Amino acid sequence: MTTFVPKKSVLGVFPDADKAADAVEGLQSNSFDDKEFEIMSGTPYPEGAFGEKKSSHRLYVFPFIGAAIGFTVAILLTTATQVSYPMVTGGKPILSIPPMAIITYEGTMLGAIIFTVLGIIFESRLPRTKIGLYDERIMEGYVGVLVTAEEDRIPVAQNVLKEAGAESIKEGEPVGV
Amino acid sequence: MQERVPVPDSEINRELLSGVETHPKWFFLTVAILALIVATAGGALGWMINQGLGVTGLNRPVMWGFFIANFVFWVGISHAGVMISSILRLSQAEWRRPVTRAAEVLTIFSLMTAALFPLMHAGRPWRIAYWIFPYDFARGIWPNVRSPLVWDPAAIFTYLTGATLFVFIALIPDLAVMRDRSTGVRKQIYGFLSLGFRGTPRQWRLQAIAGILLSALILPVFVSVHSIVSWDFGMAISVASWHTTVMAPYFVIGAVHSGVSAVVTMMALLRWVFKWDNYIRPEHFDGLARLLVVVGTAWFYFFILEFLFGLYSQESSEVTLRNMLLYEWPWNFMFIVFLLTSYFIPIPMWLFRGVRRNILLMFLTSILVNVGMWLERFLIIIPGLMRKQEFTFVWANYRPSVVEILLVVGSFAFVAMMVLLFSKVFPLIPLFDQKEGKVLEATTKIGRRDVPSIVREE
Repeated sequence: MTTFVPKKSVLGVFPDADKAADAVEGLQSNSFDDKEFEIMSGTPYPEGAFGEKKSSHRLYVFPFIGAAIGFTVAILLTTATQVSYPMVTGGKPILSIPPMAIITYEGTMLGAIIFTVLGIIFESRLPRTKIGLYDERIMEGYVGVLVTAEEDRIPVAQNVLKEAGAESIKEGEPVGV
Repeated sequence: MQERVPVPDSEINRELLSGVETHPKWFFLTVAILALIVATAGGALGWMINQGLGVTGLNRPVMWGFFIANFVFWVGISHAGVMISSILRLSQAEWRRPVTRAAEVLTIFSLMTAALFPLMHAGRPWRIAYWIFPYDFARGIWPNVRSPLVWDPAAIFTYLTGATLFVFIALIPDLAVMRDRSTGVRKQIYGFLSLGFRGTPRQWRLQAIAGILLSALILPVFVSVHSIVSWDFGMAISVASWHTTVMAPYFVIGAVHSGVSAVVTMMALLRWVFKWDNYIRPEHFDGLARLLVVVGTAWFYFFILEFLFGLYSQESSEVTLRNMLLYEWPWNFMFIVFLLTSYFIPIPMWLFRGVRRNILLMFLTSILVNVGMWLERFLIIIPGLMRKQEFTFVWANYRPSVVEILLVVGSFAFVAMMVLLFSKVFPLIPLFDQKEGKVLEATTKIGRRDVPSIVREE
């Protein structure tokens, strides 16, 4: 029988990226899994700058789904419109392909764009209704390292963050983990 | 091209949010003046709707006048955002950073303005719904999808939606900054809009991919929009001079020429007004001017093609039209002004580094381009209709009425006002883009020289 140990969060706020990277290294060497900590910064640092593992995503699927939906809707709309009001022009077929292609093109692109945007939001794990443990200095140039782990491991995390040079350490309840 | 001044993140936030966080008197005064002009134009529109299109200068055979010329002009300006933003993002041009957001915002508001003009032109704007939406089940009346007048709204709607979403996605990190810097209701609003963004590596990675992916998706839409606008003319068989097959690329490249010039105008104004000297630097104007030399020359090539194709055909209608533009007053005057302002004055000037880096000269020449490009649209549309055609039983010259002039002036005031109001609520230069540029900057020692450089991931 496994014992349930409640989780807690601890946030270390670092004045620069190097110290935050040291903290991440310390956490990894103290057996903290990559899923147990998050880095937060107001600056887009190059991927892996903190020694974090690369996370995978499926954003590239979204535009294709959107494009397929947009294409289908546009084909249905243009076909149904022409069939509902059959206007023979110069003995040509009712369904006029070139104009249908134009509207279908726009519909396809619209679907692809909308779904890409939805995909970006979804894959970024947004929207997040509760922001959780956070520090407003993060968007002013500081780097936050948030550790969420079992309560009994929190002192270890605090120690690592402190040793790495955290300017302040906050403790709180985990949100959305 | 690296003249960056090192500024800490907190200073970047403070300086670039000055438009949002400070309340200078000039801002309210300018907005009030612009609002007054917009309100006057609104009054003119109300008068026109009440009285009918008779209060405009439109008359047979010129049934497309200022409204349609202005529509094409604003659609052209709207190409600024995507051209700058997408192409520079895809090519990872470093000097794009302070330019992208303002260009994208200009896209949105100019496109919104452009979309208003066909509505005004219809005289009874509400009836446009019959053209576009397949909703009249009771009477069985459906839009004619074979008409370019249906393609146009489809393209503009796609472009406007895409551009707005593009701006929103790129705004999310900056909204998080504003959430953290504000209090009370503003904090709640920015918090809601920022969707709980915290700047995790995953979120930043997706932001970077989003910029490239959305750029790649919007670029083809951008090309399609002005192509379709050109087909509004190209598909009208009855009007000579609207038939050349180069119309679509000619319109697209002309749109880029006027759009990028409008971005130059706006960047100069932003630098002066918000004192963003550290961010909008001469190197950016230099880059934009180099781009404009290429774009403007390509546009001029298409203009020559369009002009010569008409003469090659030896059709009397086409030759008459060219004669009118070259020899008849006031068309010849407008034609010369158009050529001088859109090409022969600005492009040779931009060949000189001193001009490209002189912000006042760049501001003035970019305005010249748009004077010329507005005239270009006017000269494409009106002379073609003015030429005497078969079965025209009423003959009148086109003179724009006060109502039309007010609405055109109002459209400029509207775009300026909307951009200013946007700047009051959101930053016009992406904060995170500046911070990223700062992280990636480096100095490379080559021989005895320290060369400022930018690190780019492979």
